[in-house]
Amino acid sequence: MELRKSYFADQRKDDLHEIGQPRPRSDSPGHVTGKTAYFADRNFPAMLHLKMVRSPHHHARIRSIDISEAEMHPGVVKILTAKDVPHNVYTILILIQIGPEDETVLADGKVRWKGEAVVAVLAETERAAHEAAAKVKVDYEVLPAVFDMEEALKPGAPVVNEYHGRNYYLYDSGECRKVRFGDVEAGFAGADHVLEQTYQSSPIEHAPTETTGCIVAPEGNDRFTCYTNTQAMFFTLDNASIILQMPGNRLHFVGGTVGGGFGGKVDVIVEPIAILGAKLTGRPVSFIYSREEEMQISSPRAAEKVVIKDGVMKDGRIVARKVTGYTDAGAYSRHSPYGAQKGAGHYPGPYTIPNVWIDTYCVYTNRTPSSAMRGFGVTIGDFALEVQMDKLARLIGMDPLEFRFINAYRDGDMKAHRQPTEGAALIECMQEASRAANWPVAEKFMAMSSYAKGA
Amino acid sequence: MAKIPVQFTLNGAEKAEFIDGGTTLLNALRDKIGDTSPKGGCHQGTCGACSVIIDGELRLSCLTLAETCNGAAITTTSGLSQDGVLHPLQRAFLDAFATQCGFCTPGMIMAAKVLLDHTPDPSRDDVVEALSGNVCRCTGYEPIIQAVLTAARSNSQNAA
Ligand code: FES
Ligand code: FES
Repeated sequence: MELRKSYFADQRKDDLHEIGQPRPRSDSPGHVTGKTAYFADRNFPAMLHLKMVRSPHHHARIRSIDISEAEMHPGVVKILTAKDVPHNVYTILILIQIGPEDETVLADGKVRWKGEAVVAVLAETERAAHEAAAKVKVDYEVLPAVFDMEEALKPGAPVVNEYHGRNYYLYDSGECRKVRFGDVEAGFAGADHVLEQTYQSSPIEHAPTETTGCIVAPEGNDRFTCYTNTQAMFFTLDNASIILQMPGNRLHFVGGTVGGGFGGKVDVIVEPIAILGAKLTGRPVSFIYSREEEMQISSPRAAEKVVIKDGVMKDGRIVARKVTGYTDAGAYSRHSPYGAQKGAGHYPGPYTIPNVWIDTYCVYTNRTPSSAMRGFGVTIGDFALEVQMDKLARLIGMDPLEFRFINAYRDGDMKAHRQPTEGAALIECMQEASRAANWPVAEKFMAMSSYAKGA
Repeated sequence: MAKIPVQFTLNGAEKAEFIDGGTTLLNALRDKIGDTSPKGGCHQGTCGACSVIIDGELRLSCLTLAETCNGAAITTTSGLSQDGVLHPLQRAFLDAFATQCGFCTPGMIMAAKVLLDHTPDPSRDDVVEALSGNVCRCTGYEPIIQAVLTAARSNSQNAA
């Protein structure tokens, strides 16, 4: 691969002599010899195994929990319920002041999605933990559930999460994240064509080959070492500190070796309860998702719905864009309010559009809480808006690549969320793509530059 | 629960353990014997991360009961390099960027080794078929296929 340094002359003055050269990965020798230490490769004497009792219902009130029979099961050492968790109601992003705390470590009085953790069983063997978990009796009163974002936003829909009190995240801008730029209705009125399309996606599971988990060992000095495959070490440490009401200096996190993450291991899910188990029993604890839990319980990418309305001129200029985006957070926030907010900034795409109106909603439903995954908040949006770009090009009978050249943002252009464009390279990328894919465009587009207007 | 004795060779070394009946070979190797090179990605025979070689055959150690391995000769990826020199497959995986997170790698190398032991000069289709029981979420498989083909070529060069 050739690096065209001229495009980025202002940004990188150094030699970049590593670029374009193959270099061995520093972790590969460990991988090919089987020496890389993943969290589950630690083994401790007298280690306990943690299994969760999970909600079989999408939405239900918990009338009672009876652990008496499970406690008698041979090999069971400890059973944890909500009352054992020092700070049971939490939310991950509280660390950056994005509240309210809306999720329980162990369900307290209510479950809001099928698979929610209710009771944690710690036993001498995995098998004993499994068997005892099956003996925990939870009496549920099933409540009406809502699975569709638009249904959830209708008046009278069942309230999914009382900590929000409504089925959407309340931003400081109101019921949704808003971008207002120019006059979108005037833009539509003056457009040669208007095209409105709806795009939808389902949740997507990351499916890492190594499932989510951790092993916690109590140390002699009242500290706990947590071997984990989290993708977010400090986030997890700080949240564990809040949930356990334990100073961070008593928590030692060891990790960084992750058997596939893709964003699926940034939630704080297994560590706090495993540390609590280790604290209350004084023994090492292993909490590792089964493959089934990884696929069904761990947060997926959010389902999204994107409605895009564009006004376009016959000469190829997009003059107005209105987007309403919906992100299905599932029952709890996790990272989704942030994902929906990213979408708001992103929906114009790498295009300069003079009139823009964007509303993005983060919606609560009784589905598995969604969270981070590879560009969450923008990936589905990119799919939607690039399909939309192709449709618009077809509508006006223009080559789809030339259509993108006409609308491409360039340095100095003001984006709809009022960040001036800097360091743009879309035009140069498209010029390369045009050559590489043998998809010729008119000479004037090959002469354009992200730096200089008017070409 | 009464323990069951098992005895086998692991990468040429004699091993003997007392295990609980029903213990999988995967758990026996990892938790009892301390060879963590086989990985547990599913514990239900679908991912191939736990692949080992038992008496020359590729086996899923998560679906093999340890008590059935008495007298067997077991090979795992941790036993492949000799005196610090990488096996040609390990070398090829390293050079071809055939590992990312690395979690599938030991299982992939086991599957590839059994292929090359039986078919020293495999076609690309042979490689794809041989790796079809092993899931990799990261690499997109192509570098792994190339690594196995490269290792086969370097083997035949050494033999020539
Ligand atoms: S762990 Fe054996 S096939 Fe997945
Ligand atoms: S390298 Fe990650 S699963 Fe293959």
